[in-house]
Amino acid sequence: MAEIVLDKVTKRYPDGALAVQEVNLEIADGEFVILVGPSGCGKSTTLNMIAGLEDITEGELRIGGQRVNEKAPKDRDIAMVFQSYALYPHMTVKENMAFPLRLAKVDNATVEKKVADAAEILDLAQHLDRKPANLSGGQRQRVAMGRAIVRNPKAFLMDEPLSNLDAKLRVQMRTSVSRIQKQLGTTTVYVTHDQTEAMTLGDRVVVMRGGIVQQMGAPQFLYEHPANLFVAGFIGSPSMNFVPASLADNKLQSVLGEVTLTDRIRRLLEGADAPREVIVGIRPEHFEDASLVDATAKTDGGVFTSQVEVLESMGSDKFAHFLLSGEQATSADLADLAKDTGDDTSVGGISLVTRLSASSGAKEGEPSEIWFDADKVQLFDPSTGKNLTYTER
Amino acid sequence: MSQSTTEKPEVATEPVAAKKKVVLSEGKRAERKLGWWLCAPAAITMVAVTGWPIIYSIWLSLQRYDLKFPDRTEFIGFDNYVTVLASPYWWNAVWVTAVLTVISVAIELVLGMGLALIMHRALVGRGLVRTTSLIPYGIVTIVAGFSWRFAWTPGTGYLAELAGGEPVLTEKLPALMVVILAEVWKTTPFMALLLMAGLALVPDDLLKAAAMDGAGPWQRFVKVTLPIMKPAILVALLFRTLDAFRIFDNLFVLTAGSQGTSSVSMLTYNNLIKGLNLGIGSTMSVLIFLMVAAIAFIFIKLFGTAAPGSDDGGKR
Ligand SMILES: Nc1ncnc2c1ncn2[C@@H]1O[C@H](COP(=O)(O)OP(=O)(O)O)[C@@H](O)[C@H]1O
Ligand SMILES: [Mg+2]
Repeated sequence: MAEIVLDKVTKRYPDGALAVQEVNLEIADGEFVILVGPSGCGKSTTLNMIAGLEDITEGELRIGGQRVNEKAPKDRDIAMVFQSYALYPHMTVKENMAFPLRLAKVDNATVEKKVADAAEILDLAQHLDRKPANLSGGQRQRVAMGRAIVRNPKAFLMDEPLSNLDAKLRVQMRTSVSRIQKQLGTTTVYVTHDQTEAMTLGDRVVVMRGGIVQQMGAPQFLYEHPANLFVAGFIGSPSMNFVPASLADNKLQSVLGEVTLTDRIRRLLEGADAPREVIVGIRPEHFEDASLVDATAKTDGGVFTSQVEVLESMGSDKFAHFLLSGEQATSADLADLAKDTGDDTSVGGISLVTRLSASSGAKEGEPSEIWFDADKVQLFDPSTGKNLTYTER
Repeated sequence: MSQSTTEKPEVATEPVAAKKKVVLSEGKRAERKLGWWLCAPAAITMVAVTGWPIIYSIWLSLQRYDLKFPDRTEFIGFDNYVTVLASPYWWNAVWVTAVLTVISVAIELVLGMGLALIMHRALVGRGLVRTTSLIPYGIVTIVAGFSWRFAWTPGTGYLAELAGGEPVLTEKLPALMVVILAEVWKTTPFMALLLMAGLALVPDDLLKAAAMDGAGPWQRFVKVTLPIMKPAILVALLFRTLDAFRIFDNLFVLTAGSQGTSSVSMLTYNNLIKGLNLGIGSTMSVLIFLMVAAIAFIFIKLFGTAAPGSDDGGKR
């Protein structure tokens, strides 16, 4: 067990591709850290550098206080779980799990015991003599986990370990990965492109984009205080709504109507050197059916009326989708996000997702009056993507 | 009420299912028939060009049949086999062939694996390495054989001079070593190509996982790469062993079978074509056929080599 420190770690591939840029990351002993970001943002590269499978171009990697840049993977005492599981097809489940122990010349009795213990934890006891080819996806995934945990390594590295499972199994395995990590208390770095996995699993989430760390912090903190447009749009599902707006005389003017900035937001903006044209971000849960809001709240917040395009009732609440006429918010961050989700449909307007109470009377195809909480809006600079209302608390 | 409604669909599905079965098996039968038709031309050609000669040589091997004494031709049962199997020349040839085969294939396997690893890992000039390494395989064996002969002949060759002017091809053991060298030089590239196809079957992730599990480069090769490419290795060995066992052209050019360096093919040629003894020659070819079949059998049954073309993936 050990802490892992990345000190200005940079990776440039031989073909010149700059995959990771000056990543600084301190992972405490026993911590569960998630690297998340769209595909191609350098997550695997970062993980492979920690593993020793890729050379570090610049910077230093320390494990347990020791520089390990030059150490071979086998001398780093780290276990890794691959997306493809990478099970040895010619070995049985038992031999697969015992492989690292055999290489470490552990005596036979200990190997038997450790494999049996791991099989117990992972519910693999009855499959020990089978070959990987005869196992289901979920079982293979557990064997891969087993091979990692038998060794009691200093750290676990996992590269999208659940991506090849179907949705239901993924949720189940997510819980057991979390449980096993807590049980063993081993430092873990987990890579995923799935923000739900990132939010639910980790103690700390590191959001990456184009080889650069955008923000790191506890999942809830990232959700409530995104540092920029990219993080704001990436974390959360359904994602945050973005609407272009202009600032003047402490008033925010947009297709959602005009609202007066609250004192809190005004104070935050004072030090931020805000431009006139901004992008306002509002999470779906900060909207409400205006008829369900009391009068004072209504006058303090913003109110607009629009036709409900689609209404999805989830039982506990309702998602109302709107399409407002106007120009969509544009910025480099948002373009990157759209590229990742493959969402290049220009809807010819501003689409808005709102979460309303179940008691809302909104009906599909009919106009509805919607309120939003003016104190919960976040303002972003379209040119830099920076969150102008960012605060540590 | 609800009873009858649930029962109805079941009754309705019964005949549908039955009908489906008939349709399926009909389709299957047509498929099988088509399969036979598609195989037929190849099968007939095979029987004509290989089956018939084999049967004819078996028939010849059961007769006293020497073209020098055509009127003494008669059916003599297994007498020819007794003659051949009691002959020291035959057994010497069997030994020479076995030694040539085992040693040259073993060396080819090691060198071929090395070459394959180099070609597999090569980042630059992959195509160039591949092309140049294939040149020996592309040269006609007879031509290469003559080059080797001249090179080893004192007076004309540089290799003979390096060897101190000794006429190496006139002594049994040195001559066999030269033959092995010529064989290895010619077929190592072929071996390397077959092995490289096997190397490509080893997923990168597996080698990475092994590295993480604590395996060094040699352990990764022995414990992961070799077991996974075992089928490719066995196929390569099978091809090369069968090929090497029938060695003829290099021997023909380099020693012409002198000093007891005849292989079984060489001996058969000498009896059949030079000696015009169809009976004894045919007996030898039948024996070679049996030995080659035995080698193939051992590889396929005992080592579990996938016979070329046998792929149970499509079988039902
Ligand atoms: N072996 C390589 N050679 C050159 N470029 C690479 C290599 N591997 C990855 N890259 C590039 O580095 C970037 C990051 O890749 P990767 O770390 O695999 O992303 P992720 O795991 O986040 O999807 C990508 O732009 C990718 O094209
Ligand atoms: Mg990746």
